[in-house]
Amino acid sequence: MTTHPLRIGSGAGYAGDRWEPALELIEKGEIDFICFECLAERTIAREALSRRNRQSEGYNPLLAERIRSVLPAARKHGVRIISNMGAANPEAAAEAVVEIARAAGLAGTKVAALLGDDVLNWVLAHPEEHFLETGEPIESVHSDIVSANAYLGADAIGQAIETGAHVIVTGRVADPSLFLAPVLATYRWSENDPRLGQGTVMGHLLECAGQITGGYFADPGKKDVPEPWALGFPFADVWEDGRVRIGKVAGSGGRIDRMTCTEQLLYEMHDPAAYVTPDCVLDVTELEFKEVGPDLVEVIGARAKPRPDKLKVSVGYLEGFIGEGQISYAGINAVARARLADEIVRRRLELRGYKYDDLRVELIGLETLHGPEGEKGKRPEPYEVRLRVAGRTRDRRAAEVVGQEVETLLTNGPAGGAADFKTVREILRVQSVLIPRSEVRARVKVFEA
Amino acid sequence: MSIRVYDLAHSRAGDKGDTINISVIAYDAAGYQHLGRYLTCERVMETFASLAKGPCRRFELPKLLAYNFVIERALDGGVTRSMRMDIHGKSLSSLMLTIELPDMETARSDEYDH
Repeated sequence: MTTHPLRIGSGAGYAGDRWEPALELIEKGEIDFICFECLAERTIAREALSRRNRQSEGYNPLLAERIRSVLPAARKHGVRIISNMGAANPEAAAEAVVEIARAAGLAGTKVAALLGDDVLNWVLAHPEEHFLETGEPIESVHSDIVSANAYLGADAIGQAIETGAHVIVTGRVADPSLFLAPVLATYRWSENDPRLGQGTVMGHLLECAGQITGGYFADPGKKDVPEPWALGFPFADVWEDGRVRIGKVAGSGGRIDRMTCTEQLLYEMHDPAAYVTPDCVLDVTELEFKEVGPDLVEVIGARAKPRPDKLKVSVGYLEGFIGEGQISYAGINAVARARLADEIVRRRLELRGYKYDDLRVELIGLETLHGPEGEKGKRPEPYEVRLRVAGRTRDRRAAEVVGQEVETLLTNGPAGGAADFKTVREILRVQSVLIPRSEVRARVKVFEA
Repeated sequence: MSIRVYDLAHSRAGDKGDTINISVIAYDAAGYQHLGRYLTCERVMETFASLAKGPCRRFELPKLLAYNFVIERALDGGVTRSMRMDIHGKSLSSLMLTIELPDMETARSDEYDH
């Protein structure tokens, strides 16, 4: 490998991810960029609701803490930060970063906000468009819609990189695009460049951070991971000719090899010949991983087909409430007592006249994750079980009653019930529509400390 | 005699809307062949019957010795409205690994019989 590659680190795989691995990458990883992927599908809808209540909010609530912990080191080592922590309010997020830079004595820190993913007005003006998932028209939920955000691509993020900003905060962008953007900005690959396949798969492999370095992988005795409590997060080396290698800081915990890479490659992937992003349609059917050193894997053979004409839009809307209650039973005959508790709650809800669009009753410890007993017949009875009752309804009162009826089992239900818990949450459902690219205008606003 | 998918492969599950994808990555070429023959969508849906309506599609990645199972209507409407505890279906990779298939010996004698 003759020329120096561009090195991109992955600082977070979700909003609440561990803090130290990013700092380790910045201080010891010799990286050029670090990307933090912190925006799940429905998070932006929730943040849009916060922004509605307070104009200065609507970005990732952990942004300040995370930026404060990495910005001084990033400036010192010349590492540029890219993150979708801007959520529903990238401008306010950029202003918050500027405040942090000032407080840390980092005058001259440039922060760019990427705007334009918010397409709520377009969605509200097109009630006839249909959701991709259910085929229902937007019209059917029109008054309940709280947000609509288009997935911007690496080209849009590139506009923010071009400003020379030290920190770039975005709203909704495709996760792999966060990582591809610095590659495009550095090597100036065009829209139809075949190397986009290698760049996009690199982004896909890095977007969940620890999930490629031995996180979400360990099965003791079968698939062991060294020092998972000190898991290192990954970086990728990308050469101008499209070569890609995935590694981590020497001495950090975890592992990178063909097994961890293959699990992460197929994570959240459907057709491996057609993984659609705003930048290209990725084809990994010919892809291979080659272990080229300790915790160092070369990625070979990802291909790209032309990018789609339309962008995906996540539409968030309110859809009622889920009320839930839980209570535990242990010892002799625990399962029978829990089943009686289940019957009591269901009968009580019926007696009181509450109706639910869906009512789910199950025993944690026996049938919650993999469903009721199936082909293998009776499962061994656990020593402890926990009854869980959940009801979905448009009526907040009915949702509250679910937890209340579980709670009253404490004094009115079977013997030995304990450790009760209840909750009500508002459902913020997300579905998708497609929008023509011409309707989406990405733009950048720069702030300086 | 039977063998578990767990003995032949490792697995990870990911969600997108109401669809789950579950990778099944063989430890070696013999395992990949064996899974190809016996771990069909039909066999998978027998085990997933109480959880997923389907349809199920199986994609093959011979260079990675991997299969990717994509099962629709599998997540009670998806993460944003599911009433399950495991709203993402993350634990379903562990269910995939519990599936029992005829073992290699049985498979060979089957072949001989036919």
